Amino acid sequence: MKTKQIITFMFLSGILMFAISCRPKNAGTTVMGDSSVKAFVAPGQFDEYYNFVSGGFSGQMSVYGLPSGRLFRVIPVFSVDPEKGWGYSEETKPMLNTSHGFVPWDDLHHVELSQTAGEINGKWVFGNANNTPRLARIDLKTFKTAEIIELPNSAGNHSSPFGTENSEYIVAGTRFSVPADYSDGDVPIDTYKKNFKGHISFVSVDKESGEMDIAFQLKTPGVNFDLARCGRDKSHGWFFFSCYNTEQANTLLEVNASQKDKDFIMAVNWKKAEEYLKAGKGVKQKVKYAHNVWDEATHTGTSTIKNEVTVLDVSVLKDICYMIPCPKSPHGCDVDPTGEYIVGSGKLAAIIPVFSFDKLQKAIANKAYDGEYEGIPIVKYEEALYGEVKKPGLGPLHTEFDGKGFAYTSFFVSSEIVKWNIKDLTVVDRVPTFYSVGHLSIPGGNTRKPSPKYLVAYNKITKDRYLPTGPELAQSAQLFDISGEKMQMILDYPTIGEPHYAQSAPADLIRNNGQLKIYPIAENKHPRAAKGESESKVVREGNKVHVYMTAIRSHFAPDNIEGVKLGDEVYFHVTNLEQDWDVPHGFGVKGANNAELLIMPGETTTLKWVPDRVGITPIYCTDFCSALHQEMQGYVRVSPAGSNVPLTFHVGKTAATSTTPPAK
Amino acid sequence: MRNIKILLAFVTFGFFIACGGGAPKTETPSETPAAPAEAPADAATYDPTRGEGKFNADNLKLDATLNPTFADAGEKAAGVKCTSCHKLSDERLVGPGWAGVTERRTHYWIMNFITNPDPMIDKDPALQAQLELCLVRMPNQSLAEEEARNILEFMRKNDGVK
Repeated sequence: MKTKQIITFMFLSGILMFAISCRPKNAGTTVMGDSSVKAFVAPGQFDEYYNFVSGGFSGQMSVYGLPSGRLFRVIPVFSVDPEKGWGYSEETKPMLNTSHGFVPWDDLHHVELSQTAGEINGKWVFGNANNTPRLARIDLKTFKTAEIIELPNSAGNHSSPFGTENSEYIVAGTRFSVPADYSDGDVPIDTYKKNFKGHISFVSVDKESGEMDIAFQLKTPGVNFDLARCGRDKSHGWFFFSCYNTEQANTLLEVNASQKDKDFIMAVNWKKAEEYLKAGKGVKQKVKYAHNVWDEATHTGTSTIKNEVTVLDVSVLKDICYMIPCPKSPHGCDVDPTGEYIVGSGKLAAIIPVFSFDKLQKAIANKAYDGEYEGIPIVKYEEALYGEVKKPGLGPLHTEFDGKGFAYTSFFVSSEIVKWNIKDLTVVDRVPTFYSVGHLSIPGGNTRKPSPKYLVAYNKITKDRYLPTGPELAQSAQLFDISGEKMQMILDYPTIGEPHYAQSAPADLIRNNGQLKIYPIAENKHPRAAKGESESKVVREGNKVHVYMTAIRSHFAPDNIEGVKLGDEVYFHVTNLEQDWDVPHGFGVKGANNAELLIMPGETTTLKWVPDRVGITPIYCTDFCSALHQEMQGYVRVSPAGSNVPLTFHVGKTAATSTTPPAK
Repeated sequence: MRNIKILLAFVTFGFFIACGGGAPKTETPSETPAAPAEAPADAATYDPTRGEGKFNADNLKLDATLNPTFADAGEKAAGVKCTSCHKLSDERLVGPGWAGVTERRTHYWIMNFITNPDPMIDKDPALQAQLELCLVRMPNQSLAEEEARNILEFMRKNDGVK
């Protein structure tokens, strides 16, 4: 090739490159296009949203940034977390206490951000335990589980933790109806119809402290409660619950709970329930449940067993509940931002029914009923129906809203998201997901004011999406830009556990809510804190040895301890003396049948260790803290039971002595 | 061939220009953390006598005699936040011993350093030399102004001020 030809070639290819790369975007470039740019958040820059994602069978809640998909933190909630000492340190063990004793695992399905006047307020996020029914409240100043309350009369807390417009209540509906805790549960399983009942807890939330309390429970027919949403704005005061297994089957539900063409959405007038409660119509029942509260001053959880709950029987107390027929085994039950439209997603249905709150009120006023279901009026389907979305897809599951008049419904079976117009019920766009999408999440998508920029799809199946990792594969999130007419996938990333539902809040709302950076050492009220190295000591109380230990870059005090004997229980109460952000110390003990501690600046945390052999046991800092982190270590000498080695301890050259007399 | 390379570079350059610079644009807020109360001086304007922070010779004046109330409070605060790493003698533990510090440094330099360590460690030649010895950056212990003032008084007491 001659030089001249090469030059011509260069020119032409340059022009061609220019032409291709600057071609206007269209639907054909949905994935390629500018997707990576839209999800890109430059190093050192912040995401636009905090994204709180249920960890499913991991029992935890994860925190991502949107649109980057970066994972910031996994908050231990219902499952032990050895990395953070959650459920292992003496202070955190009470948080996982239940009426069954210490339960180390659960299944966290859904999240709910606290609201004021139908908008996210950035104070707390709630999570549900599906297995051993509980509710958790996470404080968004500390990103720590601040409270867990157990739910009596419940079995499978799936229809939870959905909240009202001002977080007056977080609800908890049982997925598995069972005989109530206050009744005789030793009954034949096939007496389901007679003996099994549903209970829905209305858990009140203190506006200031956030503390939860079971205000009342609704006793309902025995069905499966699946999901729920509060009414908002005009429908504030109402709550809507999807129900399946209205057949009341107790075996092979796969077939036997799919017999009827229509199950129900149960509409609950909770203001009416409050009136009955005030009028003393509730029955106090003997039950047993744990209420666990974290104290930020003592850095310690306390578990209290409670014994009573007030139950309102909705088949006796009229005007609380109404059944709206809904095809077929409904999962999602979602209320649009105006509070007028209630969207049922029958997971075996071929249409999406949209109910009207106004029509429902009219139907109730006119008693337009079609009989009763165990004492609860069944509203005529057509009388509550606004209209149906025809042929939307297969297996509708869950719907979120953009506040611009559109609804987005996930389709599990046909693996797609369908965008439709709420007013005229027409489908306007659809995109595939990879694969088998469950819930969707739009920031504020369950509030009066959604922020319609992003939508995240949470998928159950990821085969062939990522590099293979043996039989077990990650589940995934897929992020869509929904700011235009067409949905555009801009990111696809794996998640921890199984992500069911998620919610997002504007970053500034949480970032500027008074985030805690350190625990001021002066405010540390832990009874065994050592506030300063001069307070570090070792005290023997019978066979319990309490080590009041301090940690600072980069040594422990004391770091040499002698006089521990076989048969002793050693409690290391480690106080991190640092007062700067992002300087935790860790603490590990060789051979301890326990996890590590991870101690935040100014915090005191306790590790229990029962020595099992005579010899020297090293201890060390597990969290890289400074250039001399590898030097942050110490030794404990363990002597035989009955040994007369005196209890002594020191750090550096300053040998101190025991505060108790040496053993004889 | 040299011409071709130049031409290639030119064509490529033209391509980027034509497409709007090519740099990824995001709508992410690019906010940086809130600026400190006093704009940090750069290394060229750093005053090693004063250090960097709130305090200077004019706004922090000391009596010639000791304030024993301050010194006692300072001893307590130091016990919680300082003496894990600093001895009262001239012996180095994690950081240097405190003996003589109020003679080596101006009192306002000390106040600036203990309340605003990170920017000073980055700029102060003496502190950088110290870091090479100790290898641990003095942590910010979130001292309140009053706490810092008390600790300074305790350092003066330690240095024999009556």
